[in-house]
Amino acid sequence: MKKTARAAILLATALVPVSAQAAQELNALIWCDHGDPALLEPFEKAHDVKVNIKEYQGTAEALTILEQSRPGDWDVMVIDAVDVGRAVDRGILAPLPADALPTADFFPELVMESHNSRDSVIYAVTDKFGYNTIAYDKTKVEPADMASLKALWSEKYAGRIGLYDYYLPMLGLVGIAQGVPTSALGAEKIETLRDPLMALKKNTKLVADVVGSQTALATGEVDILLGGGEFLTATLHAENPNLDWTIPTEGAALWAQSLAVLKDSGQPELALEFVKYVTSPEGQARLATSSCYWGMPANAKAGEHLSAEQKAVLRWDEQAEYLKRAQLYPIPSAEDDAAMQDLWTDMLQN
Amino acid sequence: MSIERIERRQGAALVAPAMLWTLAFFLLPFLAMIWMSLSHLEGREVVSGPGLENYQRIFTDPSLRRGIWVSLQISAVVTVISVILAWPLAWIIATRVPEKWRRLALLLAVLPFWTSYVVRSYSWALVLGENGLIMQSLIGAGLLEAPIQIMATRSATIIGFVHFFTMLLTLTIYSNLVQLPPNYARAAEDLGASRWQVIRLVILPLTLPGMVTGAFLTFVLCIGDYITPQILGGNSELTLPQLIMLQLGRRGDYPMASALAVVLMVLVTLAYAACARWLRMERV
Repeated sequence: MKKTARAAILLATALVPVSAQAAQELNALIWCDHGDPALLEPFEKAHDVKVNIKEYQGTAEALTILEQSRPGDWDVMVIDAVDVGRAVDRGILAPLPADALPTADFFPELVMESHNSRDSVIYAVTDKFGYNTIAYDKTKVEPADMASLKALWSEKYAGRIGLYDYYLPMLGLVGIAQGVPTSALGAEKIETLRDPLMALKKNTKLVADVVGSQTALATGEVDILLGGGEFLTATLHAENPNLDWTIPTEGAALWAQSLAVLKDSGQPELALEFVKYVTSPEGQARLATSSCYWGMPANAKAGEHLSAEQKAVLRWDEQAEYLKRAQLYPIPSAEDDAAMQDLWTDMLQN
Repeated sequence: MSIERIERRQGAALVAPAMLWTLAFFLLPFLAMIWMSLSHLEGREVVSGPGLENYQRIFTDPSLRRGIWVSLQISAVVTVISVILAWPLAWIIATRVPEKWRRLALLLAVLPFWTSYVVRSYSWALVLGENGLIMQSLIGAGLLEAPIQIMATRSATIIGFVHFFTMLLTLTIYSNLVQLPPNYARAAEDLGASRWQVIRLVILPLTLPGMVTGAFLTFVLCIGDYITPQILGGNSELTLPQLIMLQLGRRGDYPMASALAVVLMVLVTLAYAACARWLRMERV
């Protein structure tokens, strides 16, 4: 009898954590910044939900994950704003009610209706943005030189440059340096970027992903990181305040990420609540300063939840000017996309 | 029913789980991969095969072809350097280190295995960097005036690989060395062989099986590795696994990724065939 009682107590003890667990779960396909516990915990507590996350890196990867999943496996996804149309074409996104979204409080340029909507139906909402531009160590380069992209092709900085390994913004930047707007980067223009890209490679020491780029800049392996921006330097600011970034006179590439609810989500109301939370001023401030990488919040009211120092790192007061000079990522057709990737691979391989 | 028949059935029943496992988790996925490699991408959609477009492109596109060549070169160099470094180390541990310290010596030899592969690669990135330990020591000692670039080059990738695989090879060669009867060396010495001749003509040939086993494992693991060239190579050139990852992560081109993976498997199979035939690995 004693044994039975002990077993019952043990069983009950074992079950306690289970009953204390969240009543429901939300599955999110995200970029790493959305996985920060500081962002997720307030939502999880408020809705008694556990947010399960899976990180991915490129839209192609995310679409493949969704294809290989069962309907309803995923509730929300983060997607490159320029790729929302691809997801809409596949019919995987659910319409979002306009009155539930705080887009009236957004920086006007970041509402991005033409990307997030189709036929007046909203399918996604921008939640963060930033720039692929020039990041540098201001003690090792002349900051005045960084006002022009041309400096990267000069002998002066040969062997001191790193490139961020993402072909879309990088080819956009090379195009911008050549006077080709990102919106005009079609089939006939892509090949004209080959020579300047190869010349840039000659000046380049390494090509790296986010972590590799951060490491290279932080350790002094490179002095300049083309394609970097606040998303690279902000998290390093406390340790190395010499790392800086700027938007050159020619312009820079604007990145923006959107949040969407999956059409087959089994809990669309909860998924919408998540979208509302992330785009709320508080959620936006937490997302902007995520431990994975920082970036500007789309909602301008997030400024009320950011400290003066955080806003200084994000260059909050200069956004109006920056947004005028920045150009959205190129949005290539499938064929142009393949041509751009081939060009980028050739650059890496030669 | 005859006893022989019963035994045959029992044998089949015992083998069946392993066969089913191999069928389900190796053969069927492998066939699926081959089928996918014969498909192709149209726009952003996969169109089911069969066709040889991907294979044609692999051998005509200079970037893809170079990826294969780069992978073969790196793997071959790493294998040779690792063997050259591992054999003396294994020999010293097996013959010169007192028996009571051998276990500790082996433990120290495999120490790098205890660390995460990614962490180890990033550690090398810090050591090999311009402001890293090696460059600063060389500059401090007056051997260099200014740092030279090792990080983000093929040399960095090779150093990262060699650090890891020398340990692996040390283990395989050591296990071979300790199995050799000491009488062989004594007999050779009695017959007038010098110590160097004993090593060259007796011990070295007898450790070939262990050496080739380790070399084959090194080659296979090296040619299929993505992490080390990605972190230490600085994307200055792309290896076959990096090209495969590009097809998967960026393009969503599963057919081309599958075709490249099939090429990788063919290379590994050829390496195995060469090793097995030449050095009779079945002895190991």
